[in-house]
Amino acid sequence: MDIRAEITEQFKQVALEQDKTLATLTDDLPLLDSGLDSLCFAVVVVRLENVLGADPFSTDEDVRFPVTFGDFIKFYEQAAQ
Amino acid sequence: MNCHAEKLAGLSVVLAAIDPFAAAAAMIQLDGVVRRMVLYPPDLSREHLSFVAETAVAEVIVTDLSLPVEVDARVVFVVPGDGRASLATESENSPLETEWILLTSGTTGRPKLVQHNLASLTADIDFHRALSVSVVWSTFYDIRRYGGLHIFLDALCSGASMVISNGEEALREFLTRAEEYGVTNISGTPSHWRRALMSPWAAQIAPKYVRLSGEIADQAILNSLRAQYPHARIGHTFASTEAGVAFSVNDELMGFSMEVLDHTADVDMKVVDSTLRVRSERMASRYLGADSPALRDRDGFVDTGDALELRDGRYYLVGRRDGIVNVGGFKVHPEEVEAVINRHPAVAMSLVKAKKNPITGALVIADVVIKGCLSEEDSGALQGDILQFCRGELAAYKVPATLHFVPSLDVGTSGKMVRRNA
Repeated sequence: MDIRAEITEQFKQVALEQDKTLATLTDDLPLLDSGLDSLCFAVVVVRLENVLGADPFSTDEDVRFPVTFGDFIKFYEQAAQ
Repeated sequence: MNCHAEKLAGLSVVLAAIDPFAAAAAMIQLDGVVRRMVLYPPDLSREHLSFVAETAVAEVIVTDLSLPVEVDARVVFVVPGDGRASLATESENSPLETEWILLTSGTTGRPKLVQHNLASLTADIDFHRALSVSVVWSTFYDIRRYGGLHIFLDALCSGASMVISNGEEALREFLTRAEEYGVTNISGTPSHWRRALMSPWAAQIAPKYVRLSGEIADQAILNSLRAQYPHARIGHTFASTEAGVAFSVNDELMGFSMEVLDHTADVDMKVVDSTLRVRSERMASRYLGADSPALRDRDGFVDTGDALELRDGRYYLVGRRDGIVNVGGFKVHPEEVEAVINRHPAVAMSLVKAKKNPITGALVIADVVIKGCLSEEDSGALQGDILQFCRGELAAYKVPATLHFVPSLDVGTSGKMVRRNA
């Protein structure tokens, strides 16, 4: 499964549902500049867990929170390995 | 605004300003002058304003919004948003013991009005200690919420400075201001902190003390804060609007030592039916409104509704006994969400429950029983349709993140649905 494509899709879907304007998703985009708020990210994480079968946040107690969109994707890609 | 001083003296007032500085100035000036002051948070839908004003028997609404001159025949005063409002002058009469009313969410979607006074809100402040003029407080909370108000009053009473957050301000601007003014102490919910740590701007500030409250602080967020702020003291505090501040935990571990229950100065605590009850001078006195439930039990304790689990001499908070879900500091009553889902014509019944979440602590999700059968293709469309319906009826944090269609839901012997949190 293409993790990047799935994450991009969820960002777009949640932005649409929550009526948010999504910024262009580049790897160096700070997540908080993406147009999504905390609640949107929370929903994205739940939806990704349903699709990818993993929530990398819950598997590691020493979480370094992802800061950019690229970090976010890497975070999920590493968890899938 | 000075000319209004005599008009406001002794009255019940709803303070519904959006600007936190206008609200701060008004709070300082109205305490001791008005009989009752209701703090209406800026994020609470204005649709409840009439209900709140009625319940508080308010004669006056003080706001910085452009409202009609009267709301349900109540006088509206408008304060400027620059914090320089002067609503009331020093009264020659002896000051009143103003009732401070805070709002929390209620089961019906309407807010509950919780009565404090300045004494209960400042009962844990040591007025004999030296002034902390070198301390600069800040908080992610709005100062109209208990968590923010408590910090605001502490700063006022202790001579500290404070950087007041503004809900309309982006995180980057808030943290930049916090850095500019050299914030030393800063508080927020675990969700506030997770959001801050997901930004490049958390690194701008270098606090000496970081406090969490308002939600369960899990080990991940405590560890993440430790990694981000290696020189800060990190503590989590148990407090609620009704119970006030109960205790703080400073060992950087989630939960709290069982010793805390018996050895916290000025606070009595006990565990009844696995739920924490608290009694202290910091508690609220009652809920306003004719049909309101009692806020305290017969022995004067507040039932926090927070369920505890004892493991190896340490208590862990495991959620709400009454099923209330805490989404990033906002309470969601599953029954309210179920009532909306159940109004969708295709739905037979539904069960709303909590799902743990790394960003907001929890989110709500729903199991739904639909009328009749559906193909897999139609099922996706119907899920989308039900969620869309919910978004039209509920605040965003109350809308389930996902729906699962299930063949049936367990109904217990009481005739009620069996509630288990995910």
